[in-house]
Amino acid sequence: MSSAGRAALWLSVCALVVAFAATRAPGLAQDATDASEKEIERYRQMLKADPWSNPAMLDVDRGEGLWKTPRGPKATSLEACDLGKGPGVVKGAFAELPRYFADADRVMDAEARIVWCMEKLQGFDRAALLKKPYPGGGRATKDIGALATYIAHESNGLKLSPTLHHPKEKEALALGEALFFRRGGPMDFACATCHADQGKRIRLQGLPFLSKPAEARKVVGDWPAYRVSSSHVMTMEHRIYDCFWQMRMPEVDLGSEVPVALTMYLIKVAEGGEINAPGLKR
Amino acid sequence: MPAIFLVALLTALLYAGPADAQAPAIDAARMEAAVKRSWTQASPEWQARLGQDETMVVCSEHRNSPPPAVADAILARERASIKYPADGKLMGDWKKGQKLAQSGYGGRFTDYPPRTENGGNCYACHQLSSNELSFGTLGPSLLEYGKIRKFSDADVKAVYDRIYNPQAAVACASMPRLGAGGHLSIEQIKDLVAYVMSPDSPVNK
Repeated sequence: MSSAGRAALWLSVCALVVAFAATRAPGLAQDATDASEKEIERYRQMLKADPWSNPAMLDVDRGEGLWKTPRGPKATSLEACDLGKGPGVVKGAFAELPRYFADADRVMDAEARIVWCMEKLQGFDRAALLKKPYPGGGRATKDIGALATYIAHESNGLKLSPTLHHPKEKEALALGEALFFRRGGPMDFACATCHADQGKRIRLQGLPFLSKPAEARKVVGDWPAYRVSSSHVMTMEHRIYDCFWQMRMPEVDLGSEVPVALTMYLIKVAEGGEINAPGLKR
Repeated sequence: MPAIFLVALLTALLYAGPADAQAPAIDAARMEAAVKRSWTQASPEWQARLGQDETMVVCSEHRNSPPPAVADAILARERASIKYPADGKLMGDWKKGQKLAQSGYGGRFTDYPPRTENGGNCYACHQLSSNELSFGTLGPSLLEYGKIRKFSDADVKAVYDRIYNPQAAVACASMPRLGAGGHLSIEQIKDLVAYVMSPDSPVNK
């Protein structure tokens, strides 16, 4: 597809999504949402043929630059960072994350491991990295997000393959599953309140049935994804953080046990699902 | 060996399955420790939201299908939480209720300091008026709810109770305990009751 054609299609997707978000008029809402879903699905098919038409590819590119450029107080690149398949091996690493890392003696997902390497290899201040790790609506994803997008893209086409050899990996899975059903906050919500049944929606937004393998396989491998409604890439941890916002919970720490364990659970349920990252979401 | 024992043994082996086919259970104290460690940047006031009351604990443990004795204890405890207006009038203004039913505002970490009153966000999960097509399906449709029930006083009270604390009627219900949890005031709940139960409300047209 020509770049002009791509831009025109992209604008039409945005317009439909905006129309969907803005409409409250009787009779239009369902039509608009069907139309925008159809248009986004058409766009997804085109992404397969021409992956560079996804705006998230800018972050794949930026993430690769961040990975390979000497940065931080130690003026070092991340090329010696061990993502689980040995120092510097990026290809295929994301497909097996989260996993146990002996140097940290804990289970880490992509974001947690990036922070670890930025601190240990490049000398960045961990507390500063974790302070405001996610962009506001309309702003570009931060460095951690761009790096995660690059790393995920390097496993594109592979299947989600949690290893679950180490006892702490098995514990993370059990913790993630229990957390998925843990009710809390002022609204008594659990992940399962919205994501443990077939064909449900909030307003008109369809909800994935994340405790069911056939459904989880369709969506989990899409993250990190470009989110049209907030115009930036969101990592899986950012998406979970956003769910906690809706659950009226406080801001969960990036790379902490809860989002890592929930990611482990989602990856295990979705095991065998194909990685199509970065994906495209409403 | 009698065949029945063989069957039992095989069944046990099959259910035990390969070690990684099923996640091992996690200790509740272990889970709560993880929760505490995962929100270190939240203020003490916000960290108060990380805890669970007894109802949340048992509903989580039983994945919202509590055994009968546990369910009875929940119903009794939650029933006792319901407070009523001093004048006994359970219906307010359906027009105000309609606005509350549309609004999802309140309680999220971006909602402070408050810019408007908390909403009930009913449409996130329920169909109510036939004029509003953007409704969720996590809860049952409430279309013509009052009309179908002939606007009876008993149902007015039941709706008030259901909004104030749904777990007084259904143990481990998915719906938030909007009154008992302090998200909505008694006045707001009366307005929502009117939106569901008033003959003038578009829900019943």
